[in-house]
Amino acid sequence: MTTKSTTVEPTRVASEGTLVLVCLLAWALPGAGHLWLGRRQKAVVFMAALLIMFGIGLLLAGRVFSMDLREPLVALAAVADMGLGIPWLLTKMMGAGEGTVTAATYEYGNCFLIVAGLLNFLVILDAFDIGMGRK
Amino acid sequence: MTSHFALMVVFALLVSTVFAALLRDDPRQQIRTGAYMFGVFLAVALAFGWLMYPLPL
Repeated sequence: MTTKSTTVEPTRVASEGTLVLVCLLAWALPGAGHLWLGRRQKAVVFMAALLIMFGIGLLLAGRVFSMDLREPLVALAAVADMGLGIPWLLTKMMGAGEGTVTAATYEYGNCFLIVAGLLNFLVILDAFDIGMGRK
Repeated sequence: MTSHFALMVVFALLVSTVFAALLRDDPRQQIRTGAYMFGVFLAVALAFGWLMYPLPL
């Protein structure tokens, strides 16, 4: 007797190479991966919200952390900041995002910057799921 | 802007917007989920704020 499987296999929207490209795009610019996959509305929302968060974080004198493995929490914050791709890279290259520890808003700025990066990691995973046909 | 409350509201608005877009595909559902999440963010923050009001005892 044979049994029929009721689970529906997801159909891939993108090939493996394209998936890698989508993930890289999604990392480089928030929402770019969704734009590539034709999810324009979501792409605009992610791009606007995450770039605004990153901008506010910088305006609040937050710090874009550099990788320092001697300080585990700083290293984790640096990994989170890196989640925002090109904006993070540009900030580092321009020497901005040094942060002002004495500013009243310093910790708020860090919070905005770190959360923006972490949210973009979720956005990358979402783009990956869409590419895999799971969503 | 150094108002703790205003910054928290802006933060809650942006985070709930991203989560709503991540969790829902239909725009109407996104708005509903986002508004609900935003409301919960504010309610929990205000509740904790009042709970911590008497501290340090």
